[in-house]
Amino acid sequence: MTTQGILSGIDVENIRKQFPVLHQQVNGRDLVYFDNAATSQKPLTVLNALDEYYKGYNANIHRGIHTLAEKATRAYEVTRLTAKNFINARSVQEIIFTRGVTEGINLIAASYGRTFLKEGDEIIISGLEHHSNIVPWQFVRDEKKAKLKIIPVSDNGELDIEKYKELLNDRTRIVSVNHASNSLGTINPIKEIIQLAHEVGAVVVIDGAQAGPHLTIDVQDLDCDFYVVSSHKMYGPTGTGFLYGKKELLEEMPPYHGGGEMIKEVTFEKTTYNDLPYKFEAGTPNIGDVVAFKYAMDFIQSLGRESVAAHEHDLLTYATSRIGALKGVKLVGTASEKVSVLSFTIDGIHPFDIGQMLDARGIAVRTGHHCTQPLMDRFGIEGTVRASFAVYNTRKEVDQLVEGLERVINFLK
Amino acid sequence: MTINEIQDEIITEFSLLDGDMEMTVFYIMELGQKLPVMSDDDKTEENIVKGCQSKVWLTAGMEGDKIHFTADSNTAITKGLVSLLIRIFNGQSPESILGSDLYFMHKIGMERFIGTQRSNGFAAMIKQMKLYALAFKTKLGVKL
Repeated sequence: MTTQGILSGIDVENIRKQFPVLHQQVNGRDLVYFDNAATSQKPLTVLNALDEYYKGYNANIHRGIHTLAEKATRAYEVTRLTAKNFINARSVQEIIFTRGVTEGINLIAASYGRTFLKEGDEIIISGLEHHSNIVPWQFVRDEKKAKLKIIPVSDNGELDIEKYKELLNDRTRIVSVNHASNSLGTINPIKEIIQLAHEVGAVVVIDGAQAGPHLTIDVQDLDCDFYVVSSHKMYGPTGTGFLYGKKELLEEMPPYHGGGEMIKEVTFEKTTYNDLPYKFEAGTPNIGDVVAFKYAMDFIQSLGRESVAAHEHDLLTYATSRIGALKGVKLVGTASEKVSVLSFTIDGIHPFDIGQMLDARGIAVRTGHHCTQPLMDRFGIEGTVRASFAVYNTRKEVDQLVEGLERVINFLK
Repeated sequence: MTINEIQDEIITEFSLLDGDMEMTVFYIMELGQKLPVMSDDDKTEENIVKGCQSKVWLTAGMEGDKIHFTADSNTAITKGLVSLLIRIFNGQSPESILGSDLYFMHKIGMERFIGTQRSNGFAAMIKQMKLYALAFKTKLGVKL
């Protein structure tokens, strides 16, 4: 175990063995994968679950009475139970499988928003939001002639809670913010945000895309009304995720998509809808990926979420001090509470060039606006270089990144 | 030199880099640094090549019956890539530009070091240069 491992209780070398994709060379050097906020890599347990599902019991769920259908249905529903426990929901009926956070927010905006918003009502989002937590609200704002208000972001990348309080009023119907920012890593004080929104009678949607892999989530303690995550950022397969919603709200909401599975009875005159959660799961879902998603959540739980957070925090602190000390580097987002996301610019060097030069050394980072153009505008920049760490990353890899950045700076200074 | 002679020269230069990605990227950026400076007055919205992820400005003029391009980009690697096209096309006639086959791209393994996004941008750049060539060809034809 490394020194960092002893501190967090995380055995990184052993964890790395479970991620085949990490053991390869890119452009002649060992891959350093620091694009985890975009998508994380998948452990063997997840890959094996996919393989076993398609080789062993692929079948359509819920309606079949044959053995394979029964096995697939059970596995699919076991993931729902795992998800319920992962975020401490009250009931499996509160877990709706989606394609991911984007679909989750679109579902809420389209179903809840279109049903309950009236002209002049207000929606509050924040300046830290991903486009997926901006655009769906613009759709419903335009359709319902509602207003969209924005919580401003301070210079260090934190939300201005005093300004938020001023935005709240008796017309506020929905508040939708992220738990942690994908661009800057800021962890938002969502418990306080939720409580303040509830005081004016608004419902709160939490975009948990970046929190899912890093933070402990307890929806009952938070008392949020909706919480959405994406599997692929949590070591699980792409194309799935789930939406948590309080049962009483989900019951009031009309279905989002129509089709099979979501119905109770259909005649050409009238359709009655199925019970929760199936009312919101029209059509054949992404069964294989949902089945494997369970193993991703189990992977996180088996390591212990506090241990994961401690390890990633160590990497973030180490990287922040080393990269922050490089000539010309400006850190973007220095909130006191952050998930393992480090965003920065280097004077006079375009992020694309930095990204490509690092890739030439086998280092994968993200460059650009990270789907948060309004946030980039707030800081007056086109984009940043973003290194984001997962539980399988090491300090040695951070050293490789620093070495790569030093070469970039020396070459282009 | 003809277009193909210049392409062959570029192919030889890149072959010396021996496929080392980091050296290749550095070399491309070095080429960009040598590109003649474009006047800030030319860096207008209408001179931006559409379809590039990075910003690329391109202008063209005629010197006698030959075309002369100037260009710049806000990213060093793109600027280097543009400089290759300028080296190949500058001082050529509109006809030879229009009829050119840019085989050097494949020969130097460009697809390895520019991703899908950049290669679309690169294609947009070539298209824009050929459009200029076509415009000048038409203009010359009218004069004759």
